Amino acid sequence: MIRIENLKKSYKNIQALKGVGFRVPAGELFAYLGPNGAGKTTTIRILTGLTRRSGGNAWLNGFNIEKEELLAKRQFGLVMQSINLDQELTVFENLDIHGRLFNIASDERKKKIDELLEYVDLIDRKDSLVKQLSGGMKRRLMIARALVHSPEILFLDEPTVGLDADIRRRIWGLIKKIQRTGATIFLTTHYIEEAEFLADRVAFLDEGKIVIIDTPQRLMSQTGAWAIDRMDGDRMETVCFRTRQEADTFIAKQKESYTLRRVNLEDSFLLLTGKKVQC
Amino acid sequence: MLNGFTAVFLREILILKRRFKRQILSMSVSPLLYLIAFGYAMGDAARFDGHTYMEFLIPGLVAMSSMTQAFAIGTDINVARFYWHIFEEFQAAPISNAAYVAGEVLAGMTRALISVAVILIIGLFFKVTLNYYNPLFWLAVGLNSFLFASLAVGLAMLVKSHADQSLLTSFVITPMAFLGGTFFPVDRLPVWAAKIIFLLPLTHASKAIRQTAFGASPGCFSYLLLTAIGIILFLLALKCVGQARD
Repeated sequence: MIRIENLKKSYKNIQALKGVGFRVPAGELFAYLGPNGAGKTTTIRILTGLTRRSGGNAWLNGFNIEKEELLAKRQFGLVMQSINLDQELTVFENLDIHGRLFNIASDERKKKIDELLEYVDLIDRKDSLVKQLSGGMKRRLMIARALVHSPEILFLDEPTVGLDADIRRRIWGLIKKIQRTGATIFLTTHYIEEAEFLADRVAFLDEGKIVIIDTPQRLMSQTGAWAIDRMDGDRMETVCFRTRQEADTFIAKQKESYTLRRVNLEDSFLLLTGKKVQC
Repeated sequence: MLNGFTAVFLREILILKRRFKRQILSMSVSPLLYLIAFGYAMGDAARFDGHTYMEFLIPGLVAMSSMTQAFAIGTDINVARFYWHIFEEFQAAPISNAAYVAGEVLAGMTRALISVAVILIIGLFFKVTLNYYNPLFWLAVGLNSFLFASLAVGLAMLVKSHADQSLLTSFVITPMAFLGGTFFPVDRLPVWAAKIIFLLPLTHASKAIRQTAFGASPGCFSYLLLTAIGIILFLLALKCVGQARD
């Protein structure tokens, strides 16, 4: 379980987090969404001990992130946005060093590494140097590395950024598979469809504050059912409707080209943050 | 307290193993050039305490090389931190700052010892064999490399970029390498210059390494000083690692 209370972070004159608070119960896949600079990565960095908080507090499985730092760090696995693997080491060596950092006994470590490499479909590349792997393989390896010590919480910071659509979907499958083992997953992503597909609950973060937390379905149903994207002068505008009939009535009056589609989480986000959506 | 220390050390050693041939070549170039340029050029023209310049130079190169190679661990940390972001893996792991610093310092000392072995082997080709069996010779090498590896780890946590790292080498290591009694006896300098150079740890490392290599007794002052500075720098490195979080 993750518990955050009034978490704050300031960098000189910039307030990156302005008192964020929420709970993520065990076993939930929680998506943390927001635009660039909203404070998503800052939150993960504070929770994982990479950045100091300016205020507030947080607990991972009941362990305070500062007072019980080493115990708190045993609770989670972390997949960062940037590829932070040792490129000059092999796949096995990367996982082995991670296992040693968590003081896992040699036999258990080797067994776990083999299991995980099977799990992420990299067993054939066990002795390859990381620099020889593709981007998708490196991402899968980072996920495997985060799981070596069998954490109950997994932080995924933009785990599919920069990957092709098919590889992204393969990683989604892997994330779902991990969730089925009972892990609590904290996911940040720019891909709204990723959160729609994966998340049990979603938090919208904007300018360092939580705007709303709810299930993707409820957030979308509050926004409407259908959306029309159309050009308004030189900028795109989205209009949402409760029913298809309302959307059709609107379309009948349109002279410009438009696209009719189902409402998605992005529409909900834009509506809730007051950023160019009409409903 | 030192859980995870072996992981930090092993990572550096595995990387060193991957680059071993290149590393040995690069460790050989400078000493080889100094021995050819200064050692051969001076020949028997200069003698110090009954030793040829070549015999005088090799212990100095041992001190210099153990310093530069131990300090070079800072560059590897810097690359791991700013380029590969691997430092985050250590920061997020349940290991103490002491385990991290101890792992990196020991890796720096290992590099330093390898570079010393390279110089001693090169020395054999120049027909120079000194009293390398003296444990005090190796103690001085160990303390010197411990001190500079600790300095490197601390500074690597303070710098903000690769450029800062190379500035440190230019302003700290290079002057010390030339002035710390490596190439000439410090007591031949003017008194004011000798006093300043006496403050450099490399001066004491060179002195202890040279005297033990010549079979003389170096006294305990240099060893105590190197130990004290090394411990202070190690403790500062611990503090700097804690502050490396933004």
